[in-house]
Amino acid sequence: MSAPAKLPRWADLALLPAVSLGAALLLSAALVAVLGENPATALRLLFTGAFGSGDAVGYTLYYATNFIFTGLGVAVAYHAGLFNIGAEGQAYVGGLGVSLVCLAAGGWPAWVVLPLAVAAGAAFGAAWAFIPAWLQARRGSHVVITTIMFNFIASALMTYLLVNVLIKPGQQSPESREFGANAVLPAVHELLATVGLKVAPSPLNLAFLLALAAGGLVWVLLWRTRWGYRLRVAGANPEAAVYAGIRPGRVTIGAMLLSGALAGGLGLNELMGAQHRLTLDFPGGAGFVGIAVALMGRNQPVGISAAAVLFGALYQGGSQLAFDLPRINRDFVVVIQGLVILFCGALENVWRGPLARLLATRRGDQGGA
Amino acid sequence: MRIPFLWSCALVLAAVGGNVRAAAAADFQPAVVYDMGGKFDRSFNQSAYDGAERFKKETGLAYREFEITNAAQREQAIAQLARRGATVIVAVGFTQASAVEKVAKDFPNVKFTLIDAVVDLPNVQSVVFREQESSFLCGLAAALASKSGKVGFVGGMDIPLIRKFALGYREGVKYGNATADIFENMTGTTPAAWSDPSKGAELAKSQIGRGADVIFHAAGATGTGVMQAAKDAGKLSIGCDSNQNYLQPGSVLTSAVKRVDVAVFNAFTTARAGTWKAGQLSLGLKEDGVDFALDQYNRTILTPAIEARLKQAKADIISGRIKVSEYK
Repeated sequence: MSAPAKLPRWADLALLPAVSLGAALLLSAALVAVLGENPATALRLLFTGAFGSGDAVGYTLYYATNFIFTGLGVAVAYHAGLFNIGAEGQAYVGGLGVSLVCLAAGGWPAWVVLPLAVAAGAAFGAAWAFIPAWLQARRGSHVVITTIMFNFIASALMTYLLVNVLIKPGQQSPESREFGANAVLPAVHELLATVGLKVAPSPLNLAFLLALAAGGLVWVLLWRTRWGYRLRVAGANPEAAVYAGIRPGRVTIGAMLLSGALAGGLGLNELMGAQHRLTLDFPGGAGFVGIAVALMGRNQPVGISAAAVLFGALYQGGSQLAFDLPRINRDFVVVIQGLVILFCGALENVWRGPLARLLATRRGDQGGA
Repeated sequence: MRIPFLWSCALVLAAVGGNVRAAAAADFQPAVVYDMGGKFDRSFNQSAYDGAERFKKETGLAYREFEITNAAQREQAIAQLARRGATVIVAVGFTQASAVEKVAKDFPNVKFTLIDAVVDLPNVQSVVFREQESSFLCGLAAALASKSGKVGFVGGMDIPLIRKFALGYREGVKYGNATADIFENMTGTTPAAWSDPSKGAELAKSQIGRGADVIFHAAGATGTGVMQAAKDAGKLSIGCDSNQNYLQPGSVLTSAVKRVDVAVFNAFTTARAGTWKAGQLSLGLKEDGVDFALDQYNRTILTPAIEARLKQAKADIISGRIKVSEYK
């Protein structure tokens, strides 16, 4: 096999994903036709469902917020050469930290609650990542295995806490009581209403800005600090890192702590922003979507944000599709998501060669003319 | 087919005195929102689907439906159905309670029927079932049919609803055989526990290995694995929510039937007739909301002796002579 063909940077970052996405949607459209629905209608519904109105965009960005947090978490670990499969569990336990602050915040002002909730979410998420990180760094237990295991331990712990300790007394549903008004992130449609803009309600809330800020923070930390440099060197080549005086064990633990802290941010969006209470299984698989988002976004904050919006759009547009077309059910929406992951993640090198050749010949033509 | 006329009549009668507004049949739009398990889980959600389908067949009126895939969709789907002019929306499952509460406040003219949870609003009808009563009868049946004196219970997740099943079952077993051993296992801690037949089968096998010869499941689609394992080992199982006797004929002792289908059907028909009424409905053996299932598939294993004991216990629960505890 020859080495992957070289593409210009713009083509690698924009054209290749676009072509892959187009191919995935084309195949999805063909499947829609097989099911007996009109593919053009389905694609239109998918698009307008995700971007067609104020609340549609709101839902898309609300889902994207979750994916940005978990995607960033996965990416930070990835740069250190670690595959963190545990974002789901770290987000779950991080949400516990957020909830404990929000439930304890009796009459505290909102500007006190928010930083505390952010800190608690990050701390709990990081703490949940610490044990697998320590086991990897000091005992060599593979972090992929231990983080998967910790997802299960997290859900066992949270089920126990919700059913026996944090449940609002006198109800069947394992949920905590509702957070007070001072412990809730304002929704974007409410903020817009105060300046006279009327947008249909959606769960999009200020956590979206926090997610973007977290992306900026990750960029600064990884590409503009010594700590980030050490992390990336240790990830790229552990032996060289040791030779350069970097201690890979410390990097492993530091990277996983940051990774878990970022995943813990999901609780801000989901609990403090949208549901206003601690619920069972609130991450809902966002930790795993975060892996796809990080890989598709090339582990760069900007790419992750774009990929997160794409997946948010697939979630939101997909649910509209299932809502409006009776023959398309929720399982088919998963098929579309799967095709996007398959084409954009696994099969992208299929298009790389032909695209490189195409671009090369065009440039050659121009050169000859 | 048994149709609980009593309950329908009670609803109609109760509504006569209330503030009745006749709904125009032409723009009558019923809708149902299923929970995560999906409408073909052969158990809880499917029972709701059966009720909606029965309404469609009997009236020729179409209904809208939506299957939830994540928590945020609950409120979104219910609000969207309300915005698009749904007359009555049935929300299936206790997890929908907070979503129904929010949306019902925004759409005071839309009728909401919530299954398995209570929301106290003037346009919400909350239907809860006394699952402990049917679980008690199944426990009694298990104790009477067991030869080893050891019976099993496989739940989905360790949540209050399933503890309610387990508690009723335990009391029923002890009522039938005070010295019986009961093995209890939960399948998992994530919602995947409701759709994991292979793990259900493993748990059933382990209980059978410890001597259990009748196993009751309250685990959604996971239960199909429990029933398969019991059949493979030549033991008995007890189905849940829907009548599951037909799934493994001759090996399913009975099923703890929860008539979600009737709740959905009645919500639609009463809303159409203008007799739908908000408030709380608690449905147990007395209202035919829950029951044990007897049909041609379990006729040979549920002996007349057991049947007589079950019918007696059922009458005693209805009359109040037997008190079944409710999990709080």
